[in-house]
Amino acid sequence: MSRNAPPTLSGWGLLDRPGVEHRSEDLAAVTRGAVLTRGLGRSYGDSSLPPPGTLDVAGSSRADRVLAFDPATGVLRAEAGFSLNALNQLFLPRGFFSPVTPGTSFVTLGGAVAADVHGKNHHRDGCFGEHVRSLTLRVADGRRVECSRTVEPELFRATLGGMGLTGHVLEVEFQLARVPSPWIVFESERVPNVDAYVDALKEAAPRWPMTVGWIDCVSRGKNLGRGILIKGRWAEATEAPPRPPPAKGKLAIPFLFPDWVINPLSIRAFNFLYYWKHWQRQRAGIMTPDAFFYPLDALLHWNRIYGRRGFTQYQCVLPDAAGRGAARRFMEKLTALGGASFLCVIKDCGPEGTGMLSFPMPGISIAVDMAVTDKTQSIVDALNAFVISEGGRIYLAKDAFTRPGDFRRMEPRLDAFLSVRRKWDPAGRIRSAQSVRLLGDSP
Amino acid sequence: MKTVVLGGTKGMGRALARALASDGHDVWLLGRSAEELARSVEDLKARAPSVKVGSSPCDLESPDSFGPALDAADAGLGGFDTVVVTAALFGTQDQLEQDAALLQRVLTVDFAHTVLFCEAARTRLLSRGGGTLVVFSSVAGDRGRKPGVLYGAAKAGLSAYCEGLDHRYRAAGLVTVCVKPGFVKTGMTAGLKPPPFAGEPEQVARDVLRAVKRGTPVVYTPAAWAWVMAIVRRLPRFVMRRVGF
Repeated sequence: MSRNAPPTLSGWGLLDRPGVEHRSEDLAAVTRGAVLTRGLGRSYGDSSLPPPGTLDVAGSSRADRVLAFDPATGVLRAEAGFSLNALNQLFLPRGFFSPVTPGTSFVTLGGAVAADVHGKNHHRDGCFGEHVRSLTLRVADGRRVECSRTVEPELFRATLGGMGLTGHVLEVEFQLARVPSPWIVFESERVPNVDAYVDALKEAAPRWPMTVGWIDCVSRGKNLGRGILIKGRWAEATEAPPRPPPAKGKLAIPFLFPDWVINPLSIRAFNFLYYWKHWQRQRAGIMTPDAFFYPLDALLHWNRIYGRRGFTQYQCVLPDAAGRGAARRFMEKLTALGGASFLCVIKDCGPEGTGMLSFPMPGISIAVDMAVTDKTQSIVDALNAFVISEGGRIYLAKDAFTRPGDFRRMEPRLDAFLSVRRKWDPAGRIRSAQSVRLLGDSP
Repeated sequence: MKTVVLGGTKGMGRALARALASDGHDVWLLGRSAEELARSVEDLKARAPSVKVGSSPCDLESPDSFGPALDAADAGLGGFDTVVVTAALFGTQDQLEQDAALLQRVLTVDFAHTVLFCEAARTRLLSRGGGTLVVFSSVAGDRGRKPGVLYGAAKAGLSAYCEGLDHRYRAAGLVTVCVKPGFVKTGMTAGLKPPPFAGEPEQVARDVLRAVKRGTPVVYTPAAWAWVMAIVRRLPRFVMRRVGF
């Protein structure tokens, strides 16, 4: 790397673009005139990257103050750069947890709002946005605007899941979840194939507030989509130690691995071992919230194992209307395309929420990581064609390869979103690399 | 401890104020903007509900504000025993060479006014038998270097002041801790390209808290900078003249 190489930014998938992030405690100052704000950069694709021709984006992660907390109600107001990691560290010992959390705690409140993140409790508690009471935004003309379900409700709905394109999120007020103890009671089981897996998810939904699972996306035939289903709930005070577990030291991947580390053989070996590591058919016990919600957070910079070429995650939701076999058809398509993956996560989603462009809909969500190769674009195109035919859609926070026509075909809600956006930003100032790629914004 | 933190709303000062409060110490913030102070006080209260937290306005650019601010902190905390100065101005060598007004402000604030503030704190601490004075200087003050001639000169003066103060008053009970951060990723350094060993403010806060408890007179932080600077301090002048850092 030369000393004078132009500065670059990337999402979690490590696909570089020219860009500079301006992080400051004074978010109100750095967002003035900015095209976009990024948080901790955990979106995989180009959601948090500047549009072509622009270098500068504001960075919120230093704007991380708690502005008000009421222990009686659990309502918290904080600056947009406050992370779920800090939230859980501070408030879990006091009996509160983030109401919804994605698979990493290294996300800011602003990012959680922009992607309207979902988690293991989606079938019961919906997206993050369902728990947001109000937002302070800096809209395109520079004004600070407060919005909620009753004040500027259209702007509020468009901002939840709006990928930061309606304005810069400055402050977020939301409801924390009260938890009876700082431990999770879990039950996990080995499931022989994808159809059984979907049935097991649906069966667990009414009884378990949190479910998620990993499936093997290499094996074919009768083993297609075999996996491990994990179900959890917060432990009652009588079931678990009263103190939260001590924070564990974290390991870090210190540098980019060579590209050959992730190859069909290592992926096959990993999938085999991961499945059979769970040699008992069922396990149960208590575990820490960190281990339950954020197993990958224990390995900092794990994205570096994919090497210099980077990677992407393909995440889609297939609606219940597509029938029981949809997930199996997806897995068949994926394995036929050769889109092998280490990480394939499957989860059922509950009803659509408040966010105008939020990802989940009732159905099955599947997420697969793929190293970027020459074939990635054609794999994503083929998977998108399949998802459109099943009536599903993709998750923008993960996407880097979808084509605009495909996105429009899977998003009948897009026009409503764009019209709210035009109202608040007629000149189209606030935009990202992703909005230029997918929504037809001018660079 | 009952601590006063000048510059505790941002950067390393914010991280240190949080670390102090979480560790059970009372914290009184001093800073320029009343709104920023109020927001940071709320943040500390939410993080550490059991400690006493408050604030008063104080501006390193106006020495008249020092006495009243310290008196307000003293009244608010019921007598402080530790004073931390993290506030400073910053400019790159290019900016300072091109803008004489900014240069004057940086030299005045980072050296003269910081010393005046420390003197005001020193007399108050000594009048009650001592305490700890924590001053944020910089590795930039350890050597005259091409990219930091002017800022480094102000910090060199400040480091020398800290050392002298520690020698003169330690026996009387006043411990002076001179903090020399290396490159730390804060709002102050936003936009600069982080070198190797660039640190996070939270790391600095942990190091400083430990140094305060031990009474360490000089703290390089993050720790790797102690080794970096041990080498840089020993480089012969003909080498320093050739290299770019």
